[in-house]
Amino acid sequence: MSDVADRVKKIVVEHLGVDEAKVTEEASFIDDLGADSLDTVELVMAFEEEFGCEIPDDAAEKIQTVKDAIDFIQKSAA
Amino acid sequence: MGLVTPLGSGVERTWQRLIAGQSGIVGIEHFDVSDLPAKIAGVVPQGPSSEGGFTADEWVSTKDQRKMDRFILYAIAAATQAVENSGVSPQSDEERERIGVMIGSGIGGLETIYHGSITLKEQGPRRITPFFIPAALINLASGHVSIKYGFKGPNHAPVTACSTGAHAIGDAARLIMFGDADVMVAGGAEAAVSRIGIAGFSAARALSTGYNDTPERGSRPWDEGRDGFVMGEGAGIVVLEEYEHAKQRGATIYAELIGYGMSGDAYHITAPAEDGNGGFRAMRNALRNAKISVDQIDYVNAHGTSTPLGDEIELGAVKRLFGDHAGKIAMSSTKSAIGHLLGAAGSVEAIFCIMAMRDGIVPPTLNLENPSPTCAGVDLVPIKAKEKKVRVALSNSFGFGGTNASLIFTAAS
Repeated sequence: MSDVADRVKKIVVEHLGVDEAKVTEEASFIDDLGADSLDTVELVMAFEEEFGCEIPDDAAEKIQTVKDAIDFIQKSAA
Repeated sequence: MGLVTPLGSGVERTWQRLIAGQSGIVGIEHFDVSDLPAKIAGVVPQGPSSEGGFTADEWVSTKDQRKMDRFILYAIAAATQAVENSGVSPQSDEERERIGVMIGSGIGGLETIYHGSITLKEQGPRRITPFFIPAALINLASGHVSIKYGFKGPNHAPVTACSTGAHAIGDAARLIMFGDADVMVAGGAEAAVSRIGIAGFSAARALSTGYNDTPERGSRPWDEGRDGFVMGEGAGIVVLEEYEHAKQRGATIYAELIGYGMSGDAYHITAPAEDGNGGFRAMRNALRNAKISVDQIDYVNAHGTSTPLGDEIELGAVKRLFGDHAGKIAMSSTKSAIGHLLGAAGSVEAIFCIMAMRDGIVPPTLNLENPSPTCAGVDLVPIKAKEKKVRVALSNSFGFGGTNASLIFTAAS
């Protein structure tokens, strides 16, 4: 569980170039972490690559916070 | 002024190495060249800028580097040097709206397109990054620089192959003359030293292939042993400013752009017109625009790419245009030291002209050991830089498609 969260956070830190401390589970990619719409598309691609899953566009649109991403990945792995 | 070249990052670094007769041409090591006929290039040296090298992290955050091709990185680095060196720092939106950017490139994000194509073929469209298009687009160099500084004036990007850098400076100056802007950040950037770039120019039989074991000897304009150009990469950016505007804010004025001439060959897609008419008319038009005569020119920075055809055609055009005065000018090709920077060549070489005026030193044509017989009568500054008072300098750029541009600079009055 925490493994998924750590990996998600690591990707967010790398891709958005933000401080690790800012990447809380409640943090919104766009509102809190300075991402734009293209950044979020790339983030979703990075999650797909890291976890070997496919995130369809309609699901991707709903992934707006770090927690959204962790939840989706854990559910799709279950 | 700002420079990123195979001789280093920074105007002073590049210039000092250039006039010391050093070469930035090396054997390519950062990608596989085993099956390529040309294995040498002018590569921007990596390293901290305190040591004259280029480090991407010093100019653009790692986050943003993924969103741009290398040619944009070079453009941002050179533009940052130029803007900071110029002291331009607009305080209001009104001022920012009067500052524009015109940075072009010959090819743009070639390597980005190459890698994107491989990803598409091997992994499918879902693996194409959303930054693929903005990373490759030529005008995104201008876009990034405008975003970085908030410059809201004209935002433009010329694409005229190897004349791009010269056209950018000439066209940007005309925007200022026409009243569209007070200040223009202008120049060219290129990063085509890649497998696809070398393969493409090799296929066109444009590159030197006979000096793979002695890279620094590969670019040898006007020399009997020349066998094609050596590709280079980097960027050259200048800040152009309306004269009274610059004077009013107490800016350091390095030079005045007094002439700009253009022409088209209407002849062949890659070869220059054999009679040199295109280059001749570009130079003549620049002289007319400057309202000066040939005998006022002290130095010509030649296009001089080290190809068997082009070098002598250009020299012939200079001899015809300059007549008796051809024996009194110095004319050199700095591509002998840095290679051919394609879309960045014209703006990098314009900066060399300005430095030649500043220091009273004309940079050398390296490797010019056995000049072709037709070279007699013109001082091509072989091997070593020489002291010469340069009051007026002319820079030539000629590109594929038969597109020619000449710029004339005079020392600041």
